[in-house]
Amino acid sequence: MAATLTARIRRHVCDLHLSLDTSLAPVTVLFGPSGAGKTTLLRCLAGLDRPEPGSHIQFGDQLWDAARVYLPTRRRRIGYLFQDHALFPHLSVAGNVGYGLHHLPRRQRPARIRQALAAADAAHLHDRPTRGLSGGEAQRVALARALAPQPQLLLLDEPLSALDTPTRTRLRGDLRRLLLAAGIPTVVVTHDRTEALTLGDHIAVVIDGRLHQHGPVEEVFNRPASAAVAAVVGIDTILTGHVTGHHDDLTHIDVAGHTLHATPHRELNRGDRTLVCIRGDDIALELSDPTRPASPRNRLAAVVTAVHPDGPVLRVTLDAGITLTAYVTRPTGEHLDLRPGRQITAAIKATAVHLIDHPANEG
Amino acid sequence: MDWQAIWVSARLAGLTTLILLPLAVPIAAWLALSRRRIAVVVEAVIALPLVLPPTVLGFYVLTALGTASPFGRWWQQTTGATLAFTFTGLLVASVLSSLPFAVQPLVAAFAGLDRRLLEASAVLGRTRAGTLLRVALPLSKAGLATAAVLTFAHTVGEFGVVLMVGGNIPGATRTVSITIYDSVQAFDYATAARTSAAMLGFALLVLTTLYSLRRARGTRWPRP
Repeated sequence: MAATLTARIRRHVCDLHLSLDTSLAPVTVLFGPSGAGKTTLLRCLAGLDRPEPGSHIQFGDQLWDAARVYLPTRRRRIGYLFQDHALFPHLSVAGNVGYGLHHLPRRQRPARIRQALAAADAAHLHDRPTRGLSGGEAQRVALARALAPQPQLLLLDEPLSALDTPTRTRLRGDLRRLLLAAGIPTVVVTHDRTEALTLGDHIAVVIDGRLHQHGPVEEVFNRPASAAVAAVVGIDTILTGHVTGHHDDLTHIDVAGHTLHATPHRELNRGDRTLVCIRGDDIALELSDPTRPASPRNRLAAVVTAVHPDGPVLRVTLDAGITLTAYVTRPTGEHLDLRPGRQITAAIKATAVHLIDHPANEG
Repeated sequence: MDWQAIWVSARLAGLTTLILLPLAVPIAAWLALSRRRIAVVVEAVIALPLVLPPTVLGFYVLTALGTASPFGRWWQQTTGATLAFTFTGLLVASVLSSLPFAVQPLVAAFAGLDRRLLEASAVLGRTRAGTLLRVALPLSKAGLATAAVLTFAHTVGEFGVVLMVGGNIPGATRTVSITIYDSVQAFDYATAARTSAAMLGFALLVLTTLYSLRRARGTRWPRP
């Protein structure tokens, strides 16, 4: 099913242009901080909210919303996964999944219900009442209910946010697999970076009601187009510097008196101001040993200023004349005896130093 | 006790409830869920019987049902019968005067529904009517029961409107509440007392049932 979804949605502070070629990217993630307008966009796509005049939504050759056109939600043939699942409490699991199958002949419905439950890894829940389902089970049932009528577009609103952390982690990978298997173009709204990385093929970054960047997930995460996007996608260290020149196929940047090397950015000229973005995972910490070869071009002597546990890893704040944030695993942290005051060397590959034009009037 | 009057009362209350509920459900759904501002005005109009003296309502209904009004004339031409001072006329008046008792509990129930469930229904391809029948009503059983009980009980207890519109015709429009008035007028205090006690018992029973329904899942103080 290769349809293009194009939308311009204006509502309150939002003014979003979006164009998704669903054949290119089965799963598109709308990513941004809470209150950025992602859910508004999703609800307008579903027809649950009406955008303001000047808006336009088209899916393939169907016009969903325009000046004098409004296709009611029930005719858009979409599947919508609500944040809190919104299962019908008075119906069983099978009743919920079969709810949208009124267009099917009655005798075909049971098979379709089983098929949809199986597609959501929830076949075993068929006879259960809705009450008493765990968060993860409710999520699968809600997905089965959305898949059962074979929608042409699937909209997921923060699909994992209502779940506890272990369930979320377990379901995250599953969800991606289930969505790909279902083969239905999907738009997922999330403010969770890991969720965005795990679920999406393409990512559209929404900040303050505007679409800031749209492209393959890796591209957006590794090459954010602006400081705002960089901050939202979670580059952990963002520094201001200026370009001192291009040597040895590297771009040299001066950051507060320290020289950092980055993969060449020929578009930057000597003296240009630039943002230097370094992800916490890309900073390696090692014991200070000046005799080591300088393979990572950036080796900075640093002092640990703080160590915070962050899930399975440690977030380490370093003072190297510039402030850096690094992520290391707990065993590494123990091996290096990381604690405030500890002398350490921070190594950053040049390829991990990402440069962004510094916009003069932003942030 | 006047068994004939009890039968009239029961029939009137039962029919009023049967007619009113299917009428009240879509009205209440519209009032509770509509985005239109006019809904507030309509809600006020529907609540009028709560504050108007029954005689006022009775007067208007009587006028409307009489052959002097277009509706009364139309009814007489199509059915060949008049409405004033008949059981049918009384039923019409009763439906109008009990309207708020049927509509208000349903409005409260519908307004308390989780909006996402209605949205989920729409996304799954259902119309508003389908959503009302399949989601809103099954989740508003308590409201529906309250509406039915209140309508029935209020119709049994109605006096002013019945007297104005129905007159006092035995077997047709004389209800239990009117027999008490008649007994007192005839200085038959013993009968009036018996009927009053029966009505009091009935009202108490109905209300106790109603409130026990509601109390079943309410919020309580935490244990000390």
